[in-house]
Amino acid sequence: MAEALISSSEEGVGNYAEPEYRRVGTPGAEYRDCPNGDPLQSQSLTLTIENMTCGACMRKVEARLNDIPGVRDVRANLSAKRVLLTLSSAAVTAQQLIDVLAEAGFKAAELSEAISSRDKDQERHLLQRVAVAGFAAANIMLLSVSIWSGGGGDMTASVKSLFHWISAVIALPVVVYAGQPFYASALTALRSGRLNMDVPISLGVLLATSMSLYQTTQSSEQVYFDAAVTLLFFLLIGRFLDTRMRARAHGAAANLLSLRATAAKVLLPDGSVETIASRRLQPGMNVLVPAGARIAVDGRLEQGESAVDESLITGESLPRKAVAGDWVYAGSINIGGPIVVKAVDTDDNTLLSEIGRLMSAAEQNRSRYVRLADRAAGIYAPAVHILSLATFCGWMLFGATWQMALTAAIATLIITCPCALALAVPVVQVAATSRLFAKGILVKAADGLERMAEIDTVVFDKTGTLTSGIPQLLDIRYGDETDLQMAASLAVNSNHPYAKALVAAARKRNLSFDVVYQTTEIAGLGLKSEVAGGEIRLGSATWCGAPHELDETDAAIWMSAPGKSPAAFTFSETLRTDAAASIRQLSEVGLDVQVLSGDRVEAVVDVAADLGIQTWRARQTPADKIEYLEALKSEGRSVLMIGDGLNDAPALAAASASLSPATAADISQTAADAIFQGEKLGAVVETLAVAQASRRMALQNFAIALGYNAVFVPLAMLGLVTPLLAAIAMSASSIGVTANALRLRSRKLEVTGP
Amino acid sequence: MTALAWLIPAALALGLLGLAAFLWALNSGQFDDLEGASWRALEDHPPKEETSRKRGDDCVED
Repeated sequence: MAEALISSSEEGVGNYAEPEYRRVGTPGAEYRDCPNGDPLQSQSLTLTIENMTCGACMRKVEARLNDIPGVRDVRANLSAKRVLLTLSSAAVTAQQLIDVLAEAGFKAAELSEAISSRDKDQERHLLQRVAVAGFAAANIMLLSVSIWSGGGGDMTASVKSLFHWISAVIALPVVVYAGQPFYASALTALRSGRLNMDVPISLGVLLATSMSLYQTTQSSEQVYFDAAVTLLFFLLIGRFLDTRMRARAHGAAANLLSLRATAAKVLLPDGSVETIASRRLQPGMNVLVPAGARIAVDGRLEQGESAVDESLITGESLPRKAVAGDWVYAGSINIGGPIVVKAVDTDDNTLLSEIGRLMSAAEQNRSRYVRLADRAAGIYAPAVHILSLATFCGWMLFGATWQMALTAAIATLIITCPCALALAVPVVQVAATSRLFAKGILVKAADGLERMAEIDTVVFDKTGTLTSGIPQLLDIRYGDETDLQMAASLAVNSNHPYAKALVAAARKRNLSFDVVYQTTEIAGLGLKSEVAGGEIRLGSATWCGAPHELDETDAAIWMSAPGKSPAAFTFSETLRTDAAASIRQLSEVGLDVQVLSGDRVEAVVDVAADLGIQTWRARQTPADKIEYLEALKSEGRSVLMIGDGLNDAPALAAASASLSPATAADISQTAADAIFQGEKLGAVVETLAVAQASRRMALQNFAIALGYNAVFVPLAMLGLVTPLLAAIAMSASSIGVTANALRLRSRKLEVTGP
Repeated sequence: MTALAWLIPAALALGLLGLAAFLWALNSGQFDDLEGASWRALEDHPPKEETSRKRGDDCVED
């Protein structure tokens, strides 16, 4: 059976042995005797798993997936929260795997192969080059140090020459291999007529290497192999850190695709069921949606009744009851029983796709933001070239040989090589993100922190952001505490947010409710329990036979019992505990705080009043929110948007910078620049403080880097820079910049005004 | 000088060995999941069964 192939403890080495699937593809004698021939037709599949957070989860995931026939190999990656599967049978679909994981309590989605492997490959290539450059730098530096320390005294010229030759042999292949990312980038820039940071780097390294080679053949002193290779080493480290940060921010729109159901069951006119790809669904088809599955189309409910979880689309955490004739959205989850939906909008016409498009458009806009490092490069590159040219011409004018002039010019180019400049921003970002990570704030986009440092307006969503999404019992109408006691006794058996609120309220009032009622929960309607004399019902107004709906609020449930008139319980949302304090902190430093919500006017007004927010807007659709944010931006403001739920995702992408609570729906987590966990809004203040401090520190680092240059460039132009000096300048500036960035980790930070 | 002619290549060769080992480890995915690796070390592997496996046992049924 397939499972036998999966065991990787063949040699008793545990899971460190290379997984079996890697060997699939080589014609193996082991499979020669199989009746069906070589079982080589395998495909691989990657799933992301949102809540796989510990070793036990990882084990559970692997065990469950391994049990599925047709799955040849499973390899979980805990750090990346992914699972790589090799399937030996085409009958196993991603949806099947996702369903199995859902039963075990894991939220999985298929990850497009193209995206995940591209990022990983880029990182790996860079790391390979870092390793090679590091090896070369260390060895060449060893030789160089010997030359510098023995140069005046005992070292003979022939030994020096030998060392230079050995350095050349090590340096040449390394310069070609390790410098490749820079040369490629420089060529691309030059072809489009621009100068970027990589042009002087490439020029400097290549010229330094060729000149050093020439000098070695002449048995001369001015050999800069160590500088060239060490330069590449530091620059590659900076680039690696940079790439790693960027790799975390996947395109949000791409992730959206993975949430669409990939295959759907269609009910044919003759009563049979056919499974087809979601892309091929047409309006008018009847789609069968089993319990627990995601709906693949926008349409009307034809048969059956159920509750749908639309939290992804509306941010509403309570499921909505749906009966025949009701509209349902693609992307929502069918919680109750199986239903049949008649498709009206399919594939690219669904609301989900529309939101994806809004997000892509907003992201395009946002990528026009020019990062600090790139802005510096724009000024720096031309300046460096001019200086170098000036050095060359200057020396020639003063009657030097072209070798001397070239040496001085190249020395200038090497000294101005932006080693520290390239490290300046990445090290600060790494320090900042690790500090935030320790506080439960995960930064997704590398330049997100930079954009956050420039904001002057903060816009909050209401539900789930300012409020904690957990309802609280507000009032008992037409009843009293004995009713609450009875209601809580039923509610104890339910996981519905309102039920939990009832139980919490009863506990707070010290009501005992150990009378055990046998309850049945009916999706979309409520709880009921059989007692002598009839039924106790806890749920929606009509179901409990309530005489009328409450006017003031939708957030209410009723309870009816035999012999009593129905009582009502109303709920309010709880504000986050430190919401008021955090907002005060933000307002005090001069930031303009606003609320933008899709909820009713009364609810928004209440919350705004409680928190002291002057500007608010209610009943906003996703498109409304984008429009408002664009209006703010066109006033010249820089806006930070904080929100959750899919209906906020386009707004998050449209704002200048964005944050999202981690209790939010999946997609908005990736649309936001950073997510924060926990119940405290103080995370927002902390993120802003760190972002502003990072910006200051990045600018300080630029100053340090340029300072070194300012000292050494005149020396280089005067021809006084020896290889020793060049190496010292480079290392010292890099260390200085890194040490400065590390200060970010421990200091106490305050938020400042715009 | 003879000493140098031996020692320097020897030192470089050792360095290259180290580099090769690191690159191999990187390419075979050993650095991909540092957290997961530490958890896997704690797993219990049940003892292997003693039945001998025939050639045909590993075949996958379609």
